[in-house]
Order: sequence, then C-alpha cells, then structure tokens
Amino acid sequence: MNITRRRLLILLPAAAIAWKHILAGTPEESPNYKLTEHWWGMLVDITKCIGCGNCVRACQTENEVPDGYYRTWVERYHVEGWGSENPKVDSPDGGKNGFPPNSQTGGKNFFVPKLCNHCAESPCTQVCPVGATFISPDGVVLIDPTYCLGCRYCVQACPYGCRFIHPEKQTAEKCTLCYHRITKGLTTACCESCPTGARQLVDLKNPKDPIHEFLRTHSIQVLKPYMATNSKVFYNGLDGSVR
Amino acid sequence: MPLVDGFMYPNEVELQWSVLIVLYPYLTGLVAGAFILASLERVFRVEAVKPTYRLALLTALAFLLVAPLPLQLHLGHPERSFEMYLTPHRSSAMAMFGFVYLWYLMAVLVVEIWLDYRRDIVLMSQSSHGWKRLIYRVLTLGSDNISERSLQIDERVGWLVTVVGIPSAFLLHGYVGFIFGSVKANPWWSTPLMPVVFLFSAMVSGIAAVMLLYMFLNWLRRVPIDMPCVDTVARYLFYTFIIDFSLEMLDLIHRIYEADESFRSLDFMVHSRLFTSQVIIQILAGTVLPIGLLALTQVLKLPEMARKYIYSVAGLLTMVGIFAMRWNVVIGGQLFSKSFLGYTTYKMGFVTREGLLVAIFLSILPLIILGVLVKLLPPWPAKDAILAPQPPA
Repeated sequence: MNITRRRLLILLPAAAIAWKHILAGTPEESPNYKLTEHWWGMLVDITKCIGCGNCVRACQTENEVPDGYYRTWVERYHVEGWGSENPKVDSPDGGKNGFPPNSQTGGKNFFVPKLCNHCAESPCTQVCPVGATFISPDGVVLIDPTYCLGCRYCVQACPYGCRFIHPEKQTAEKCTLCYHRITKGLTTACCESCPTGARQLVDLKNPKDPIHEFLRTHSIQVLKPYMATNSKVFYNGLDGSVR
Repeated sequence: MPLVDGFMYPNEVELQWSVLIVLYPYLTGLVAGAFILASLERVFRVEAVKPTYRLALLTALAFLLVAPLPLQLHLGHPERSFEMYLTPHRSSAMAMFGFVYLWYLMAVLVVEIWLDYRRDIVLMSQSSHGWKRLIYRVLTLGSDNISERSLQIDERVGWLVTVVGIPSAFLLHGYVGFIFGSVKANPWWSTPLMPVVFLFSAMVSGIAAVMLLYMFLNWLRRVPIDMPCVDTVARYLFYTFIIDFSLEMLDLIHRIYEADESFRSLDFMVHSRLFTSQVIIQILAGTVLPIGLLALTQVLKLPEMARKYIYSVAGLLTMVGIFAMRWNVVIGGQLFSKSFLGYTTYKMGFVTREGLLVAIFLSILPLIILGVLVKLLPPWPAKDAILAPQPPA
C-alpha cells in the first residue's frame, strides 16, 4: 500500500486516538507479581451496603456467570426486636436488580453481600477427590476447570452455599476474587463497581494495606465462625442474625 | 408445594446429588451385607446358613459390579474419573473410593468366589461343550489341578481371604458412611455415627436381600426351602436390625436432646417434606413393622408356611425401608438451606441422565448380572454327576 504524506497525516491522529482506547482497555501489567507476597481477602462493610446489586451485575459480566447462578449475591435481612433467630431474608435474583420496597415495618433492615470466603482451612478443597480445587499460594481458593470431575462434593462441603455447577461446562464454579484482575494490580469487579465502598479487596500480607488499621479499630466478624474455616472475608457491622 | 419455601442461598435451590447417589450407598450396602452373611458360614462356622453361602457371594459380586455406575453417570465429566486413581487427593474422603472398591472387588470378592468355585469350574471346563467350555477354560486361569491337597490349599486361602474380607466389607460401607458423615457443613449428615449406622443398615439390607433371593430362587426351581437355614438367616436379620434401629434412634434422641441451631430446621423438614419417606416408609413400614414381624417368629411357634410368608413380607419391607433410609440421608440432606431458613424441593427427572428410568435400570441390572452368574456358576449342589466328588487327578 502506498502511503502518501497527506494520508499519513490523516492516519496518525486517528491511530493516536485508537491507541489511547487500546491502553484504556488493557489491564495494568504487573510483571513483578509474586504469589508469596500476597494473602488476599475481602472486607465487607455492612453499614455501607445499599443493596443496589452493582456488585452482582459486575461479577456476572466480568466472569460470564450464567443466569440463575451466583459467584456473589446480596441478601436483605429484616430483624424484629430480639428475634435474631427468625430473621426474614430475601435475595431476589441474588439481589442483581436491587430489591423491591420493603413491606415490613419496624425492626431493622440491612444488606449482606456474600461471596466465597476464601477460607484458609477450606472444607471444599479438602474434599475434592482429585485436587482440582486448591488454595493458591496467595490465599485464593481456585478451581481448575480442565481437571474438575463435576462430582459436586465441594458444593456439598461449602458451608456458605458459594459454589455451583456451571450448567454448560459441568464443572464447579465460584468466586475467584477476580484472580485474573488482582494479579495484574487491579481490584475485583465487585469492589470496583461498589458505589459506597462497602467492599474492599484486602491484602493481608501488605503492611501498607488499610485493612490492618481497620481490623485494629473495628469489631470484625466472619460468617459462621464455628465452622473454623479461617475465612478471609471480614464483615464490619455483622448482625448476629446473619447466617 | 412451592419449589422453595422460605430462604435458600441462591445456589442451593438446585439439588446436587440425585436419586443415583441414593442408589450408590444402597448398592454398596447390599454388597457389604451379603458378604458379611457369607462370612458367617466361612469364618464363624454357622453351618445352618451354608445353603446361602455361594448365593450371597454371587449377590455381592453382582451388586458390586453395578455400584460404581450411578457415580459414573452422575459425574459432570465421567471421562476424567480415572484421575481419581492417577492423582488422588489424599485429604478427600471420596478419593479413596476407587481404591477401596478395587481392593474389595479384586482382592476379596473375586478371589474368594474363584477359590470356592475352582473345583466346579475345572470340572465344568472338562464336561461342557462349545462356548461354555471356552468360558470355563478361561475361568480356570490355566490351573486344572483339583487334587485333594490343592483343594485343601484353596480352602485355607479362601478362609484367609474371608477373614481379610470382613474388615474390608466394613471398610467399604463404613467408608461410604464417612463420605457423608464428614461433611461438617451439613448437620443432617455430620455425625460420627453415620459410618456405623450405614454399616449396620448395610448388613440388614444385604441379609434381607440374600434371604429373599434364596427363597425366590428355590421357589423358581421348585426346590424345597431349607427352613433351618432361612430361620437362622432371619434370626441374624432380626438381631442386626435391632442394633441398626437402636443406633438410628440414638442419633435421633441425641439430636432432639441436644437441639443445636440446626434442630428446628431439620425437625420441621422431618415433619413436612420428609414425613412420608422418613416417618411412614423408613421408620414405621420399613423398620418397626419388619422388626415386629421378625420378633413374632422368634417368640411364637409358627408353622412353616406362616414363617415363609412373614420372612418374605419382612424382607421386602426391610429392602424398601433401607432404600428409604438412603433416600432420606442423601436427598433429605439437601432439602434444607444451610442458612436454616428455608427448604427446596427435589424434582426427579424421568428420561434424563440422572432420572427415574436410569435409576430403575440400575436397580434391575444387578439382578440380571446375578441371573447370568447363577447360570454360569450355580450356587447350589448340582443334580448331575459332573459335580459329584471325583478321585484326585
């Protein structure tokens, strides 16, 4: 192709504009990412969650989660008086499209975002018969879809209901903490899309991570602590009624 | 009934383990139970049950051959199942299934059957013709020495295999119970009693199955039933059933008395979605009634015909009751939410990979295999002279 001077002058600004877009869509590279220097988890601040469902939608888009299955979801709790044993809970479509107005009066209402707890002593990885699901050296529970048998034992073993079988791939699936993003220096899709900062990706091995200060100054809880799974999803403001 | 009642975590609505996983412990239980009945004669010298010895072994083999099929059909990727042998994950309760299965099949059951039938196989390889002859010749594995001495060695090795086989049978089914009992996330399953309950219910179902098969096959062949034998088998069934029921009641009473955080949810489930299968079918029709019927035969001096009928009815009810027990464990354990706030429903397909039709086929398949095995290796003394004692070769 003959490129004349006139043609080149037209093409160069166009290429410059295009290049800017290409760069914007390319995740930041982290060539120096070292597995052993990280220990990932998440902080969920219940007092900040407004139940908008942005996180669920972002997760579904980012990770191509099939309809009707959830890597993350949001539950709405309604607790009256001292009845923490009998909370009213709903999560229509996993809270993906937000929540209808609450018809309940009195009591307290709050939202609880849920996801894989990336347990350090995870019962799901323990039971996998071939080790297709495992804890990465940086503390993320992952699944090798090329190795998973689809026996569903891990789904049964998860105390939090975080796993499902992908209807087409027929392998186990769950939240990966957007591993493809966090290893490139980005945050997870749910954290990025949360308008109130209710979700924060935390690196427990990074001394500069604000999580350390947060853990020192707040009452933090994990889900079902009696399961002794060493969960790494920490909740601030978690009510005793939450299951 | 709505699909979901109350609140379930969104991924919990769909049940993961279907009727095929109900069949899996049912079939392995029959294997373990039948083998333990066979060992009564071989190791514990209970001579009265001798007529059922070979039938029990063949029954165990027929059911064992089918036992892995429901698992295989259930897997999302059955083509990867061999990975469990190549790269087993040592911390997984499920990973050892392949090894326990192979050990039991190849090192215990097949060896014991072969040793016990070796003399017959050699004789039949000499007397039969055509393709049958070929089969028997292959089954001799090239050894046609049936001298007194070699048969004595067979007997001794067979005894040793049975001795090893008893803990192996315990391992096979206790292990299946452990697969469920070790899931701490599920309070319906998570109990150390689970392997023991599975084991005793396995013995109950296996003994009942062999008793029924023995009576049915004799009726089919128009051969009189050896009543002292059936009486003894029924007595063992009665004793084992009482232990099994006591263990199950112990589990139930413990749950009721302890009433931990899961109790209200599980209690409601038993009184609603599981009422028919658990209270009516498993406990009343499948346990209390057969135990009561068997108790009658122990207490009263009933005529032979009455005992036959009672054993048949009690045996059938037992089989149904133990199946219901497996159903209630496997399906019941998935009907409630781990949030303890709701319940889902099991919708069984019909002509699907894990549907009712496949389940029925897999339940009938062991009986077809048993039919072939019985034809090939008759478990009863032969009428013709072929199998009559021969002078040592």
